[in-house]
Amino acid sequence: MGIWESFYNTVIYDNRYMYILEGLLNTIIIAFFAVILGIVIGVLVAIVRNYHDNSGKLKLLNMLGKIYVNVIRGTPVVLQLMIIYYVIFKSVDISIVLVGVLAFGINSGAYVAEIIRAGIESIDKGQMEAGYSLGLSYSKTMRYIILPQAIKNILPALGNEFITLLKETSVGAYIGIIELTKASDIIASRTYDYFFPLIIVALIYLIMTLGLSKLVGLMERKLGKEC
Amino acid sequence: MLEAKNISKSFGKNLVLKNISLTVEEGERLVIIGPSGCGKSTLLRCLNYIEKPNKGKVLFEGRDLSDSRVDINKIRMKMGMVFQQFNLFPHLTVLENMILAPTKLKIMRDEEAKKKAISLLESIDLKDKKDFYPSQLSGGQKQRVAIVRAMLMDPKMMLFDEPTSALDPEMIGEVTSLMQKLGDDGMTMVVVSHEMNFVKNFATRVIFMENGTIIEEGSADQIFNHPKNDRLKEFLSKVA
Repeated sequence: MGIWESFYNTVIYDNRYMYILEGLLNTIIIAFFAVILGIVIGVLVAIVRNYHDNSGKLKLLNMLGKIYVNVIRGTPVVLQLMIIYYVIFKSVDISIVLVGVLAFGINSGAYVAEIIRAGIESIDKGQMEAGYSLGLSYSKTMRYIILPQAIKNILPALGNEFITLLKETSVGAYIGIIELTKASDIIASRTYDYFFPLIIVALIYLIMTLGLSKLVGLMERKLGKEC
Repeated sequence: MLEAKNISKSFGKNLVLKNISLTVEEGERLVIIGPSGCGKSTLLRCLNYIEKPNKGKVLFEGRDLSDSRVDINKIRMKMGMVFQQFNLFPHLTVLENMILAPTKLKIMRDEEAKKKAISLLESIDLKDKKDFYPSQLSGGQKQRVAIVRAMLMDPKMMLFDEPTSALDPEMIGEVTSLMQKLGDDGMTMVVVSHEMNFVKNFATRVIFMENGTIIEEGSADQIFNHPKNDRLKEFLSKVA
């Protein structure tokens, strides 16, 4: 079997490229919405925990945040995915892609929370005190003094987290999501030839992650100029 | 104007302030001295609740800072604070550092705040540095900017936490003379300082602290020329 024939069987015959497109679409949908969900959860948890550390208030929420972060970071994402699908949504008719968005978003939120918290804590506490001493509230001090400085430390780590998340969506195949990796598996099971399905999909991941890190680099430079 | 009643503060098991009371009257320049670790900075930081005392209360113009109905931010607007490490905002220029709080708190409009900030900078000969970032200034310049940043809020009283301790010796004078000028203009000030030569001429009243308690209190002349307590005598002989 020649290379061309192998490529033809993988991509063109029987419109098999459609599997790759479907997989790509699902991967992008899951990654995109999971990033957004992760940021929302992460920012909320980080602010609750930092506000608690500063004021001693919100004890219960802070504890919940701590438990959430530890549980998520201490268990494999595949297990979280399976628990959400097979246990929590066991008897609920729900789109499997939506399950993916929820699982990866909840997973990412824990990492985002820690990244933001570390970024905020990297700023000298004298900055917070200076803001307070001028009569600024916690939220104004955060917004105008702490976060503009912390963002430079947060952004690179956040970029890494998103790249990791994009690649991790590949374990969605465990619960039967047809994402990019699953798509290559489906094609290979038809052709009994793994070379092109795997290489093509690997290249697609690579292009996406390289693009993403370019984008993050661009934002870093833009922010660097402003500050 | 300011009254601290029986305040105690501990960090973990370490009791830093033991039942301290003090009052500050309008126009006073109160200086707190004492060996390092005696709790003088903690006491100062308790006065505007940057550090919350575990016991006791602080009253500013009769209002209890621990009262949940009292807006602590409003109180702090009236109590400027200057830090040992300056704590200028490194991502903002000198001018932006100064006008941030007054404009974001909607006390002044942008133009008004800029005008006042520039005239303050002019009074300390730093007008030409208004668009510089803090990292481009010397230590003495940074601290003077920090002082006028606090002054732009038009505070009734100012707290100074070892304002010259992080400065090179040749820059101490420019900061102390600005403080002296502020005092001469009638500003009520509470200062923690190790700069004894400055304190002697500057203070209207001096407090000597050790181990979290006030050991001796009096005018600068009483404290420096006629100390009663042995610990104070020993301290003065070491720093002189």
